[in-house]
Amino acid sequence: MNDLSKARQPRAVDRIDTRPPAPASATSRAAGAPGGGPQLFEKRKAVHPQKIDGRFRRFKWLMMLITLGIYYATPWIRWDRGPYAPDQAVLIDLAHRRFYMFGIEIWPHEFYFVAGLLVMAGIGLFLVTSAVGRAWCGYSCPQTVWTDLFQHVDRFVDGDRNAQMRLAKAPWGPKKIAKRSLKWTIYLVIAFWTGGAWIMYFADAPTLVRDFWSGEAAASAYITVAILTATTFTLGGFMREQVCIYMCPWPRIQSAMMDEKSLTVTYKDWRGEPRASLKKSQAKPDLFGACIDCNQCVSVCPTGIDIREGPQVGCITCGLCIDACDRVMDEVGRPRGLIDYATLEDCDREKTGAAARPPWKALLRPRTAVYFLAWGGIGSGLLFALGTRSHLDISVAQDRNPPFMLMSDGSVRNAYTIKLRNMESRPRAMRIALEGLPSATMWTDEIGREDAARALTRTIPADRAQPLRVYVIAPPETREQDFAFSVTSLDEQAEADSSQARFNAPED
Amino acid sequence: MAIERPKKPAGKRIDEPTGTETVGHEWDGIEELDTPMPRWWLWTFYATIVFSIGYVIAYPAWPMIREGTHGVLGWTSRGELAREVARAEEEKGPLRDAISPLPIETLPSRPELMRAAVAGGRAAFKVNCVQCHGAGAAGSSGYPNLNDDEWLWGGDLRAIEVTLLNGIRQPADDATRTSLMPAFGRDGILTPARIDQVADHVLSLSGKAQGDVAGAQLFLDNCAVCHGMNGAGNREFGAPNLADAIWLFGGTKEEVVQQISTPRHGVMPAWSHRLDPVTIKMLAAYVHSLGGGEDFVEVAADPAVQVDERP
Repeated sequence: MNDLSKARQPRAVDRIDTRPPAPASATSRAAGAPGGGPQLFEKRKAVHPQKIDGRFRRFKWLMMLITLGIYYATPWIRWDRGPYAPDQAVLIDLAHRRFYMFGIEIWPHEFYFVAGLLVMAGIGLFLVTSAVGRAWCGYSCPQTVWTDLFQHVDRFVDGDRNAQMRLAKAPWGPKKIAKRSLKWTIYLVIAFWTGGAWIMYFADAPTLVRDFWSGEAAASAYITVAILTATTFTLGGFMREQVCIYMCPWPRIQSAMMDEKSLTVTYKDWRGEPRASLKKSQAKPDLFGACIDCNQCVSVCPTGIDIREGPQVGCITCGLCIDACDRVMDEVGRPRGLIDYATLEDCDREKTGAAARPPWKALLRPRTAVYFLAWGGIGSGLLFALGTRSHLDISVAQDRNPPFMLMSDGSVRNAYTIKLRNMESRPRAMRIALEGLPSATMWTDEIGREDAARALTRTIPADRAQPLRVYVIAPPETREQDFAFSVTSLDEQAEADSSQARFNAPED
Repeated sequence: MAIERPKKPAGKRIDEPTGTETVGHEWDGIEELDTPMPRWWLWTFYATIVFSIGYVIAYPAWPMIREGTHGVLGWTSRGELAREVARAEEEKGPLRDAISPLPIETLPSRPELMRAAVAGGRAAFKVNCVQCHGAGAAGSSGYPNLNDDEWLWGGDLRAIEVTLLNGIRQPADDATRTSLMPAFGRDGILTPARIDQVADHVLSLSGKAQGDVAGAQLFLDNCAVCHGMNGAGNREFGAPNLADAIWLFGGTKEEVVQQISTPRHGVMPAWSHRLDPVTIKMLAAYVHSLGGGEDFVEVAADPAVQVDERP
């Protein structure tokens, strides 16, 4: 119990830390290491967070419901796109190189939309972190959500914190074996469900479920599920806060992005210190602060840290210690908010006796506004590009070997491979025409030279890109010159596109 | 798993705010905390060692003097490649089986087979044909260009297949296509002055020179048997069309004179001895697809008699 309160992580030293070090932690490492000397490797100290209720716990429940709901349910949403396209609302169709998201369909050549989304996600992280600190870590990171879920499984099977610790210490016997088997089975089921849901995003979900259980799905489906089951089982069931502390780069990046105006979970030591038991502090109220050293904030912490040691890399700012402390403060009749969301700047202000500002004021400041404008600007730019993009496209590649061909009647022939792209989910007739290059005609393998003309029509199947090899022939003595292929859709949209090309001819 | 350190070197101290020991070095006031590694990290390290032992036993890993260890699984990258090639060949099997019994002129009525044949032919062409005809099949002096619409022996699918199977002037092949233009100069059939006149007439057929009556008469007497009255050529003898813009051995006066006095004759190997019939069909389909391929026209009930009508 007591060793939980000892610091085991370096404080985020790059943070602006205005507080004095918490008194209990100063020499814990030197004193706490068994056998005198420090260790090269440290055993993980198991965390058994205690059950708690409060506004942040309820918010976490809500977030878990939303995030897991989105994750598990999304692949099952249907979205009608007509007979030529899949009806799954969100689908990453790797085989056909399409990404569907409700009304949006992304082709590989439009991958910049995805790049734009990634940029938005990056700036979004700046925005959120500068405003509310590590809110991502506390509420919506998959590692947090699944760890939370697994910790509820622990409570369901083993009981609350004390029962869990007792069971951990207990020797292996039938009861412990039964409980552990049950718990790990539930872990495994959740982990399997997690991996199973993932693959649904990459194929038609109902079909894939049927194929998966009848053994007909692709090997990659089974391998993916196996890998994700294993990682979920290990990371959610056993690694937990070790992932946040040792593996994840976000805490480091985010600590660099926070400043003294960012909201974070803070222990108000000027109010709490020096801490003493309730009895002592009630006896001499002038000598002691508000903290009664009940260790509730430590008990409920899902990463097992002591928030009273100040901001640290292990704190995911989930706010459960706020819930715990508020409840204790209510019980002992002291004002709430000894641990609270606050900015470092507000802490300094409060220390000097000034009134605390409402937390929302931390959200509105130039830095967050600039991030929001950049984020919103990129978002609206992407939406604009998406709304105005053409659903038809032509690109031309010229045969380079041989660059031109002299025909028996002395005329000059060049060959091109035209790629016509129809991004509508219905077949479209298109008219391809020569622009420039007077008196030249063209034909294809299907049409034949005797029917060569200045323009030809071709129907491109729904949602497809098709190559078309065309031969362009110009009369003898034609010089080398530029021209263009144009394409127009023969429907009410009459979308048009064109592509420049070069006509090669003999030099003399 | 606690690995104890023997003793504390000088310079080490406990960092006050974190309670962690420093490593004992200092650079301009910057010190490093000696935070212990998590124990699972150590376990992961041991697991990689165990894995590497298994890997060294199973796979080729250890360099020896002459060659590396083989590993008990017997895996090699060359073997992997051979397996992949065999698998790819096997996948092509049904396609080859479908193409095999079809007469080649019916291939265009099966577009999916035609596409596959063209693709297969493209690959085979790169291995067998580019040496003479060039990577883009554009040929060079003496080696016909396969992209254009001039064919010496016929340009429909079956004619191309026959050329591929039996070759041109292939010695020791009874079915090979053969012809021999007389050496009018070397063998003393025509004097140099007359050869000059004939050459002028030949070039006049495509408007490249001014011919005269004597040249025209010489042409009728000596050349029209094979090349036709108007020099349009005859595919039965592989006699080229002399009235068009394409010249196999060059279209300048000197080159034409040289070809009349001491003709050169192209030779193409008969591929039936080296390639299987399906690959030859694929090659024919590819050559036909290059842009000058002619439609197959059957004019007689006897399939042995084929005439190419189109120029």
